[in-house]
Amino acid sequence: MALAPSSPAPVMGNPSDDGRFGRFGGRFVPETLVPACQELEAAFRDAWGDPTFRAEFDHLLRTYANRPSLLSECTRLSEQLGLRLILKREDLNHTGSHKINNVLGQALLAKRMGKTKLIAETGAGQHGVASATAAALLGLECVVYMGEVDMVRQSLNVFRMKLLGAEVRPAMSGSRTLKDAVNEAMRAWVSDIADTHYLLGSVMGPHPYPWMVREFHRVIGDEAREQCRELTGADPDVVVACVGGGSNAAGIFSGFAELPSVRLVGVEPAGGAAVGRGVPGVVHGMLSYLMQDEFGQVQEAESVSAGLDYPGVGPEHSHLADIGRAEYHPVNDDEVIEAFQLMARTEGIIPALECAHALAWISRERASMKGQTVLMNLSGRGDKDVAQVQSILDGRLT
Amino acid sequence: MIDLEAHLRRRRAEGRKLFVPYVSGGLDGEWVDLVRAFADAGADAIEVGIPFSDPVMDGPTIQEASVRSLERGTTPHTVVAELRGVSDEIGVPLIVMTYYNIVFRAGHRRFAQELAEASISGAILPDLPLEEVGPWAEAADEAGVATVLLAAPTAPDERLPRICERSRGFVYAVSLLGVTGERQSLATTAVGMAERLKAVTDRPVIIGIGISNAEQAREACSVADGIVMASALMRLRLDGASVQEVAAAARKVREAIDG
Ligand SMILES: Cc1ncc(COP(=O)(O)O)c(C=O)c1O
Repeated sequence: MALAPSSPAPVMGNPSDDGRFGRFGGRFVPETLVPACQELEAAFRDAWGDPTFRAEFDHLLRTYANRPSLLSECTRLSEQLGLRLILKREDLNHTGSHKINNVLGQALLAKRMGKTKLIAETGAGQHGVASATAAALLGLECVVYMGEVDMVRQSLNVFRMKLLGAEVRPAMSGSRTLKDAVNEAMRAWVSDIADTHYLLGSVMGPHPYPWMVREFHRVIGDEAREQCRELTGADPDVVVACVGGGSNAAGIFSGFAELPSVRLVGVEPAGGAAVGRGVPGVVHGMLSYLMQDEFGQVQEAESVSAGLDYPGVGPEHSHLADIGRAEYHPVNDDEVIEAFQLMARTEGIIPALECAHALAWISRERASMKGQTVLMNLSGRGDKDVAQVQSILDGRLT
Repeated sequence: MIDLEAHLRRRRAEGRKLFVPYVSGGLDGEWVDLVRAFADAGADAIEVGIPFSDPVMDGPTIQEASVRSLERGTTPHTVVAELRGVSDEIGVPLIVMTYYNIVFRAGHRRFAQELAEASISGAILPDLPLEEVGPWAEAADEAGVATVLLAAPTAPDERLPRICERSRGFVYAVSLLGVTGERQSLATTAVGMAERLKAVTDRPVIIGIGISNAEQAREACSVADGIVMASALMRLRLDGASVQEVAAAARKVREAIDG
């Protein structure tokens, strides 16, 4: 009898038992945190396989977060760019970005694990706001660590978090941005582990976070694939998303990774291009591409967008780059500010600076995608960025 | 190179409690003098920090020391180069403490070799737990460098023997739930942690993280084989104490644990 052909492992499937995606990932954390990561992994496996938990999560996504999010066709922008641009509207979620998907998943899980307190890091403040929101909704305490620099450029979100009942603590070390907020959150978790869940905001960190966070965002890709087929009768030619830690990209990519004809593109800020300019390294619990010097000191990212101001990237993206399933390209701050205005003027949508990166790449590379259907993840709305862009454009806007 | 574990076991067999003070490598122009002064003050081993940009197991004091050191242009190679021959000269084993990316970037074999060539006896990598330690530990074993593993209060009972089994030199008992830094009193978890470890291993058990003065050191040594003291000593130095003054503080700890 012939052996049944074994089906190839799915491209964005489960990581190995030691938390690896190819050669990337793992669990490089202080010994104190190892049992907590193991407990979390077991709890997630159990919950994700439990229809009751899935139903509870799905219910919150629909009745609280406003899912499914819309798919919008960009008529004017498409004409201008010479391609068919479709947006996945994560900006229309409650709290204004994709971050709410992961946050609701983890907060439910924390509750199921009997935790009473959430800690989170935040860059742009979107993850912090979403975490504070979920904490308020589920009756949990919430402390958010945020780089001092980011607290200034995203001051509106700092106030939002406070309104929602969270405490915001400044991270004063290093570059005082997202990387340092993660350090501070990890130190806090080490110190207060019994009743606290660390609600990490992207597909990064030690196993099981990269996998778990991607699963909580998978809904973006699953919805978009079906919506796109309904709207266009086909799959898109290209799927584009911005990449900081990589959660919105992982979410939308996961819906298309098994369709070889769909090109997957992640867009990084030139000043924080972990895949483009990094070499493999270990920080924040994971082995992944990392911007670092020749001695292994982590470099400080530099981006106009606080949410992408991160020298590392989630390990699954490093793996997708390695196997050639996804490509990663940089755009610079000027291109991003252009794209931010372009979308506002042409479509009446003010995008978050983060996802303006995706549009900046599409706009720059439009000639190579002439006539193609391009699905872009509009990961968040730009209200939080308006003051910052105003100060950048001061005088330039006529 | 001094064999770290043999050295510590010998000292313990003499009825001596083990004292391991810490110096941030490259902190200032006199940091190697401080290493020598700690030897004179009765250190049984000396831990030397190689600064890393993102020290997640460190509190404000060691963070500040790391930043200061990095700003002086310190690299892993300058720290190791300045330590070359020092251990043989002072007769005290040296242990570097740094984060895994420093080792990963250099390459496991190359880094282990570099330590061995400078007569550095051991390494502590606090973000490299048991499950991930394999490739480094193999290279370190080969070079004769002891990989000291940490054991924390969160570990379930079944985990501790496995950590002790893979650790070399001694077992580093984390005294509390937290990162390095000075504390008002010895954590309630400290002695219990040492007891749990002493029950499952014959290797020296040395308590660290948060041990801040001679009194706390003596209390910890009621069960443990010794203590590591880092932040409390580095705080003195950062606040302007001379090498002699920091060494004098170390000597007080020595005297306290000698009883
Ligand atoms: C709207 C928006 N998009 C994207 C990101 C970047 O995160 P990720 O790469 O995990 O999607 C952020 C982070 O703050 C964000 O607020």
